[in-house]
Amino acid sequence: MKLYDAGKIIAGIVIFLILITFPLWYGKGKAVAPPNLELDTPAIQQLTDKRCVEDTAFMRANHMKLLATWRDDVVRDGKRFYTAADGRTVEMSLTGSCLKCHSNKDRFCDRCHDYAGVKPTCWNCHIVPGEVK
Amino acid sequence: MAPNRREFLLIAGLAAIGVACPSLARVLFAQADAATLSTAAETVSGITPALKAKRWAMAVSPGKCPNDCRACIDACHLTHNVPDFGNPKDEIQWIGLQPFERVFPGDAYPQMPEAARERKLPVLCNHCDNPPCVRVCPTQATFKRADGIVMMDYHRCIGCRFCMAACPYGARSMNWRDPRPFIRKINNDYPTRTKGVVEKCTFCEERLRKGILPACVMACEEKALVFGDIDDPRSEIRLLLDKELPIRRRVDLGTKPQAYYIL
Repeated sequence: MKLYDAGKIIAGIVIFLILITFPLWYGKGKAVAPPNLELDTPAIQQLTDKRCVEDTAFMRANHMKLLATWRDDVVRDGKRFYTAADGRTVEMSLTGSCLKCHSNKDRFCDRCHDYAGVKPTCWNCHIVPGEVK
Repeated sequence: MAPNRREFLLIAGLAAIGVACPSLARVLFAQADAATLSTAAETVSGITPALKAKRWAMAVSPGKCPNDCRACIDACHLTHNVPDFGNPKDEIQWIGLQPFERVFPGDAYPQMPEAARERKLPVLCNHCDNPPCVRVCPTQATFKRADGIVMMDYHRCIGCRFCMAACPYGARSMNWRDPRPFIRKINNDYPTRTKGVVEKCTFCEERLRKGILPACVMACEEKALVFGDIDDPRSEIRLLLDKELPIRRRVDLGTKPQAYYIL
């Protein structure tokens, strides 16, 4: 079997493979610093027990699921309060509860969302106090 | 030895009962748990209890409206971050004023007194008992609650506008553009909408939940708007409607609207 233009074809294949694997090898070994989430808002500093609605590990992994449940409970079932695992009661409100403590959305929510490359659409409607005039 | 047909059916039936029983029990207990949880959560100390009703309804007495009064409209639109695009084609209205022939079109009421016919009437979502918008919504973004409120879930709205076509009252408005830059003053306690969703009056369900009457009702100093439980014979709205002659919009369509007009 004879391969015509072997040089060009093999060079082309090599270039193609380099380009298509670009995302795999580019940045390999370089560690991107994990986001530095700031928790030093005035509201959080005033808390004696620095605990979110649920514990930190749960919130970190499942806050989006919790918020989706809240959304359906409030909008579709007309409920207003959420009872946490430790018995505390929280009003189910993104602007009214979450952002009361996490008043630094750009240094808390956004940093991790940017790092993880997720674009939640919450803020298209829900208000970040001070952000919209 | 293989079981014969009767034995096989007996074993299969018993097995089916055995499988079904524990799951049935679980369903029943789960419902009981959910019920106790929700009642516990809704009776938090120091918080105004929600206003509850079997069937919310609104009574409108346009005769009490002073000329050019827009108190209810301004209060509602400020409370709910309703934008003003400055263009009647794109206008967004939760509550508005319409001339008589637009509110009661055709020859349904040809012999109304002059005073009633020349007046502009407040119009809002009728929160129909048989809402055509709910029937056509492909995503169940609009739905009827147990207390009769026809609710909007903007999270689900895809902007198809079937509901706008279905609503015979024109109670719904589409956000053709991002409404945020067109809101005069943002109320931080209520979300805005986004481009591509349909919005309308929700009987202030977010205020009822906190034990407050709707914004338009509280803003009306003439008591032209009366809101309440139409299934409760002692409610304000029933006491009013029982001694008046209320009419409703386009009853011939069978939507069973729950906004009553006293002309």
